[in-house]
Amino acid sequence: MATHKATLENGLTVVLKESRHVPVTTFWIWYRVGSRNELPGITGIAHWAEHMLFKGSEAFPKGEIDTQIARNGGVMNGLTSLDFTTFFETLPADRIDLGLRIESDRMVNALFDPDEANLERTVIISERQGSENEPMFLLHEEVQGAAFRVHPYHHQTIGDMCDLETITPDDLVRHYRSYYGPDNAIVVAVGDFNTPQMLARVEELFGPIPARSEPAPVHRPEPPQRGERRVHLEGPGQTAYLEAAYHTPAATDADFFPMVVLTTILSGAPGMNLFAPAPPNRSSRLYKALVETQLAASVHGSLAPTHDPYLYDIVATVRTGRNLAEVEAALDAEIERVLQEPISSGELNTAIKQSKAQFAYSSESVTNQGFWLGYSSVVADIEWFETFVDRLTAVTVEDVQRVANTYLPRRNRTVGHYVPAG
Amino acid sequence: MTLSIPSPETIHRVELPNGVSLLVYENHSSPSVVVVGHVWAGALSESADQAGLANITAGMLMHGTETRTFAQINEALESVGAQLGFHSGVHTVGFGGKALAEDLDLLLEILADSLQHPAFPANEVEKLQGQILTSLQRRADDTRRMARLTFDELLYPGHPYGRSVQGYEETVAALGRQDLVTYYRDHYSPEGMVIAVVGALSAKAAREKVEAALGSWQTPGAAPNRSIPPSVSLAEKRRQSVSLAGKTQSDIIIGWTSLTRSDPDFMKARLANTVLGVFGMMGRLGDNVREQQGLAYYVYSRLEAGLGVGPWLAIAGVNPMNVERAIDGILHEVQRLRDEPVPAEELADSQAFLTGSMPLRLETNEGVASAILDMERYDLGLDYLQRYAGLVNAVTVEDVREMARRYLHPEHYALAIAGPENR
Repeated sequence: MATHKATLENGLTVVLKESRHVPVTTFWIWYRVGSRNELPGITGIAHWAEHMLFKGSEAFPKGEIDTQIARNGGVMNGLTSLDFTTFFETLPADRIDLGLRIESDRMVNALFDPDEANLERTVIISERQGSENEPMFLLHEEVQGAAFRVHPYHHQTIGDMCDLETITPDDLVRHYRSYYGPDNAIVVAVGDFNTPQMLARVEELFGPIPARSEPAPVHRPEPPQRGERRVHLEGPGQTAYLEAAYHTPAATDADFFPMVVLTTILSGAPGMNLFAPAPPNRSSRLYKALVETQLAASVHGSLAPTHDPYLYDIVATVRTGRNLAEVEAALDAEIERVLQEPISSGELNTAIKQSKAQFAYSSESVTNQGFWLGYSSVVADIEWFETFVDRLTAVTVEDVQRVANTYLPRRNRTVGHYVPAG
Repeated sequence: MTLSIPSPETIHRVELPNGVSLLVYENHSSPSVVVVGHVWAGALSESADQAGLANITAGMLMHGTETRTFAQINEALESVGAQLGFHSGVHTVGFGGKALAEDLDLLLEILADSLQHPAFPANEVEKLQGQILTSLQRRADDTRRMARLTFDELLYPGHPYGRSVQGYEETVAALGRQDLVTYYRDHYSPEGMVIAVVGALSAKAAREKVEAALGSWQTPGAAPNRSIPPSVSLAEKRRQSVSLAGKTQSDIIIGWTSLTRSDPDFMKARLANTVLGVFGMMGRLGDNVREQQGLAYYVYSRLEAGLGVGPWLAIAGVNPMNVERAIDGILHEVQRLRDEPVPAEELADSQAFLTGSMPLRLETNEGVASAILDMERYDLGLDYLQRYAGLVNAVTVEDVREMARRYLHPEHYALAIAGPENR
């Protein structure tokens, strides 16, 4: 079915797609605010504000949202990332109105009670501390921080501990009023509904909300990196990890799709299912060079579509009995190979076929479709997602070689070593 | 539109002469096909000093067959965006695969080849062994995994459920290729095998393909282990802490023995568990420990009723300073569930959640395949989904209280804590 797009007078973007495999509908709202919009002193505020939207309004007192969604057989959640804060509800189709009512209400009526904000502080600090238990989180935080000296992508979405300890309820309210408005948001519905009826209901509930967002502009582009950066991290455990992160183009850049092909060949096809693990990558070049050779126990690469230029991130777990230098040498050799020799047309075609399959799988759940329509609206537009396969198919061997030589030279990367204390 | 609920009319079931049970469900609105199932080759048959043997044997199935190398298998699957994996549990080795509908033949061919003709190449055994050892090394530094490992040992001392399916560094390191070959020969068999195929295919064609791929599998030397280990008793408080350097969060698991999946009281226990630690934002546990006290990012409960008597447990991740308060909060809710009947409206909410969410759980081929596999594994009947709402709604507040009193003892439990310091 075709996707229908509209814009309300107050600036709200509306994306609707009918899908009638099962009587299930998903409703998402995407706010164009993420960790990208945070300054030092308030890192983590976008994620904390997301939590606060579950803490009650007058229409839905604290706990009511979870209770009502569950008793109606639905699921819901919120996610905050670099570029967005999003909330969704997936419900039996005849109950989806609950999702629209929740989101239209908490867009402007969330209470942001100061006592609740302070109680939530400990929950978020607990979330951060749980992450700090993981060596890969610690390593990635250092690598990302070194890769971005200027751009706000340098910190983690969870925020720095010092800011989690000092952010005030007033800060949270200020954030809410600046970024949570119809003119800074996109709503998406996918599922078993009638488009004119759904659009009319969206207008009825969201239309009266006046435009109010005053998002501060983000203009701190990361200057080109002039040389390899390295971070060395020590911590508990017995396992070593290697991370190599290369600066990459934003989702809307012409080089992005050639990069998807390149990274598929290097580290495997991207998973396109929010709720499932990435597909296996055992036929990828880095797997063969690092894992087959018994240097690493595993290797994974990720290239997230982003609003501003971000990173292609490779992480390898050093195998027991091997060391970081050996794994890095093998990685370097494989990167050097792709810089020197063009990929084959066979590899190109396979990469495209793999991505086509993942794209087909991504349409099997309405929740996942809602995710991609919203995500692409924030980092690009829905055409970016809907023409995904076409744009991949247009990539040539020359395109791949060009982007390899633009983005994979050593000077463009940050390397991190996690050295276990043993 | 109304939901099509898989039923005896639409689930095509057949038993092949060699003991394989095949279930097929057509879903032509999806582009894919999903294949899941199990064989009775889990960790139950291994000795304690060979802990991890079933797991590595299962992992080796896709590391090369008599006609395909590891690289060839991966190339064949990944090049069309298909995937397949084997995973060992205590009783069974499960498998799961997915492909675009047009690649079902390839998926079945590789599944059948891996099951029937694994080659266990020596260099591949060494490779996988090292990967598992690295994973075990990582486990030793992971509070969540260590809490679970410790909890299982506490609740099931000397029992198969108390042993790690992945094994231990000493036991896995001591395994050799011949151990795997022997374990495979002794326990892999079509007898009792279940395979469920769901997706854009015709039931008739799927049956023909599966029969062609697996129908002639014979294993005269194998004796798949379908026994169920005895239950254990728990008549005291057992508590153990594991200290991991440099951690900023503690993981807590507290639990009890419960019942089997096929126990007639299962649905009563399931509702009790939903009220306790699932409904909405993690039920009463979430409300107490996270919402009211702000102590945890996650706290919830799970009822792991399986082929044998599995644990009923509560899990929380908290700041190390708050471990005792979190445990008290959990036990407080357990006591409350025992002392006071759940308000009728609260039980009705949990019932509405379980019955109302069915369309969501049956949306994908994976969801349907999982439901069908459960019907077969636990002998629930092909009409189980049609009876489901009735079973859920038949549970009363007295039933819930009885389950709490029978299984959740505030004085007898197993409690494991993994965090930065010994308590």
